[in-house]
Amino acid sequence: MTWQVFFDMGGYAFYVWTAYGVTFLVLLINIVLPILQRKQLLRQLILRQKRGQR
Amino acid sequence: MSVIPAPVGRFFHKMASPPHFYALAERFIPWLTAILLLLLAAGLYGGLYLAPSDYQQGESYRIIYIHVPAAWMSLFIYVLMAVMAAIALVWRMKLAEVMLIASAPIGAGFTFIALLTGSLWGKPMWGAWWVWDARLTFELILLFQYLGVMSLYGAIEDKRSAAKAVSILALVGVVNVPIIHYSVEWWSTLHQGPTVTKMDKPSIHISMLVPLLLMAVAFKFYYLIAVLQNAKLELLKREATSQWVKTLLEKSA
Repeated sequence: MTWQVFFDMGGYAFYVWTAYGVTFLVLLINIVLPILQRKQLLRQLILRQKRGQR
Repeated sequence: MSVIPAPVGRFFHKMASPPHFYALAERFIPWLTAILLLLLAAGLYGGLYLAPSDYQQGESYRIIYIHVPAAWMSLFIYVLMAVMAAIALVWRMKLAEVMLIASAPIGAGFTFIALLTGSLWGKPMWGAWWVWDARLTFELILLFQYLGVMSLYGAIEDKRSAAKAVSILALVGVVNVPIIHYSVEWWSTLHQGPTVTKMDKPSIHISMLVPLLLMAVAFKFYYLIAVLQNAKLELLKREATSQWVKTLLEKSA
């Protein structure tokens, strides 16, 4: 099987690859978003703690 | 005298303490991620490449390898949320509240994926993006239930009362889970019946079944990682002024 045939998915390329693409995008967002939010929260809390000490 | 043996009780008590849970989550996430990536690689290779095409649906059927596991997860996560809601209501356990609210966005994500991939599968096979069929309609309601849990929790300022309200909402909504599961049997419908979870032999060939199960297990591991990430954030938010967070900040500063 060539790559061409593989990507063509028997003519259903749009449906199959959109399904897989959006799925992994949603899964990725649900992991990355809480990590970014937590890092931001940690930065804020550290800043607040430093102000409190002075 | 308690029915639970003392060491087991101690284990759960320790697990439920926020600083211990936070540290444990940090330690486990890299391992869980490694397992997830292996399972995904195997499942995708098996599903997209090794498995033969369907004799009726051609290559379009390959959407099954994300559609079905995602749909299973949408129900599985809701049941877990209902269990955590019950624990939160009965024992007022903080960690159960956190895990309940941490699960909601992931459940919503899987429900959205199940609906969207179903739509992308339905268009070439049924000729329609969407039909108001029992299975599809109740799955859409499930999405609104997840979003409802998230917005109700966000709307109430005091997080302990918010968790109580959300627990009741999540528990009441669990009636939708069996309705979705049996919808293809109760109503005559366009959606195909179960192919895997039949009591007798599954009506799916082993070369298609193995990647499907691999993807299903992969999604379970994904849920674990995502729920731990969400729970860590939620714990930090709720316990920002507690002593263990202060110690954590001093270490990372």
